[in-house]
Amino acid sequence: MTNNARDAILQRLQNSQPSFDNSDKSVSVEAPEWPIKERIEQFKSILESVRAEVLLAHPDHWTDTLKSLAKKKQLNNLLFAKKGPLGKTIEDAWDVNEQPSLVNNERPISEWKESLFFHIDAAVTSSRAAIAETGSLVLWPTEHEPRSWSLVPPVHFVVLDADKLYNTFAEVVEHEQWQQGMPTNALLISGPSKSADIEQTLAYGVHGPTDLIVIVLT
Amino acid sequence: MQQSAEFHTRVEHALANGQIKTSFRSAMDGLMAKRKAAFPDPEALETLRFRGAQIRANSLSKLHELLEQLENNCHKNGIQVHWAERIEDANNIVLTIMQNHQADLLIKGKSMVSEEMELNRFLEQHGIECIESDLGEYILQLAGEPPSHIVAPAIHKSRQQIAQLFNEKFPDIPYSDDVDRLTRNAREILRKKFYAARVGLSGVNFAVAETGTLCLVENEGNGRMCTTVPPVHIAVTGIEKVVEKLEHIPPLLKLLCRSATGQAITTYFNMITSPRKQGEKDGPEEIHLVLLDNGRSRIYEDDELITTLRCIRCGACMNHCPVYARIGGHAYGSTIPGPIGSILEPQKAGLDKLGDLPSASTLCGACAEVCPVHIPIPKLLNRLRFERTRNDHAGATLGQSSGRTVMEAGIWKGWSWVHSQPRLYRLAMYIITRLRKLLPQRIGPWTQVRKAPHIAQKTLHELALKEGFNDK
Repeated sequence: MTNNARDAILQRLQNSQPSFDNSDKSVSVEAPEWPIKERIEQFKSILESVRAEVLLAHPDHWTDTLKSLAKKKQLNNLLFAKKGPLGKTIEDAWDVNEQPSLVNNERPISEWKESLFFHIDAAVTSSRAAIAETGSLVLWPTEHEPRSWSLVPPVHFVVLDADKLYNTFAEVVEHEQWQQGMPTNALLISGPSKSADIEQTLAYGVHGPTDLIVIVLT
Repeated sequence: MQQSAEFHTRVEHALANGQIKTSFRSAMDGLMAKRKAAFPDPEALETLRFRGAQIRANSLSKLHELLEQLENNCHKNGIQVHWAERIEDANNIVLTIMQNHQADLLIKGKSMVSEEMELNRFLEQHGIECIESDLGEYILQLAGEPPSHIVAPAIHKSRQQIAQLFNEKFPDIPYSDDVDRLTRNAREILRKKFYAARVGLSGVNFAVAETGTLCLVENEGNGRMCTTVPPVHIAVTGIEKVVEKLEHIPPLLKLLCRSATGQAITTYFNMITSPRKQGEKDGPEEIHLVLLDNGRSRIYEDDELITTLRCIRCGACMNHCPVYARIGGHAYGSTIPGPIGSILEPQKAGLDKLGDLPSASTLCGACAEVCPVHIPIPKLLNRLRFERTRNDHAGATLGQSSGRTVMEAGIWKGWSWVHSQPRLYRLAMYIITRLRKLLPQRIGPWTQVRKAPHIAQKTLHELALKEGFNDK
């Protein structure tokens, strides 16, 4: 049945192909180009306007920023990827009995779903790039930093290298040639989870993280 | 005729309902102001709208090629593609997938196509529980109501009504009409459902042919939950949602977010290209894409009406529509309300069923002025009014000429006959102007709120002659 449906639909579309102009001459949509300092400012202010926290840190000392924030938020544990790009730095910076305790889990989600859903307080991940115009983090989750880590725990820390901060989404797609090969899942994250479904009143932390904290390495 | 009477009854109820009036008016005012602020530079906005219209028109112009390309790339990526002519077919495809996995719970992200399919009702008849996870949709599911806006589905409900509803359905949770508290309660209830469900369903905002990527736009994270946590993900979409290239996505995303809610971007933009790969720890192991026609390929046949299919579902046309703001979404009686619904839905269901909708407009033009992809909605409303009464059977529109009445057709025939005979025309005008006092003072609904028009003592022709204009 499905195959018949497929052929019938495609046949109808082909038979009635429209006669209007289908030229794809690109009109140039004006795109902002900010110097790096302004890019960071724009990125920071737009993310802060949706109640995300953005902190600038030195590439050698960012774990201090992470630690102090994690302590301030009174987190019991912090999920991190031992084999991910931040793994070694975090592990080296943490003392054995230091709070919050570090959690590393390399098993598939089905094997520890309950604890991910109901016991993990926070996760820290890296990010591939970011977008100044819209205050967006670009994540291509990996086997080390799975996609649920940026979604399920109530607090999400993201570490961003300021060199990876682009002006616009279009620029990221073009510069990194995304059409050459897309990952399983690519994400733009632009704040903590939110909704305005009740009387157009903004409420944060609906289904995703309530807190999004970005540490920018400059 | 019965459908027409039901439509008018719904409109009268809506007009008499003070809460609809206040909640929609204030919400629409807010959304209009936010959109305006999101596009501070009118010139840049026009360029972007032009680009958006061009991208959508270009995609539609080669739709069959792009759908084949999308299917090929999805297959390569491991996504299974299903085709459905009608909503029954699409529903059965979803049911079969559910049954193959012995799943009795479906967790759903927001999807207007699943509303069009009435999927929840269908699956429930087969013993499968559906849970809406978008906060607004979840509230409506508890209330047993359809959405009244495509972006903000529960816009017609007050905080107090929602609090009352939660209290009735979940008496163990303490009553609260605080928005943060209500949101937190919904989070806790639904988190258990995300945790338990074996199958998640979502819509699709854009499908990219070149890479086989499904894009989802959302703020809450429920769409990501539905497409990340359950082992099986089903995406349902209309065949018109495909775009050619990945580079087409950034301008469309910008137009969609800013036109819909005035946000620079939504919290999450989720691009799904394949099921879980070897070594990956999460994400669905199976992804199914259901491509639904349901009348879209018929709309596609008409070179003018085809522009209906450019729509990216931002809702700006309803936010700016004076009729929608006054009667709300439910009065339309169609899945998608407002100006876009009034052109799209009668074409899908047939003018014999929803033929009143194209008349539920003042043709003020606000919808076309804000449409991010330049759909000439007022022109298409007029076109469908014509389709409803034409009798030459020359168009593809479903339910064509269903609104044609012998009396109305006779009146216009007489009118055109009189106007083609100068002597007869003058005679008729002479009689009408002299007997003007005898014309009826009550003319149906027109005179309920207005005075009947007064006909002048003399025709313009007579006056012109008197002023010395030459008759020749």
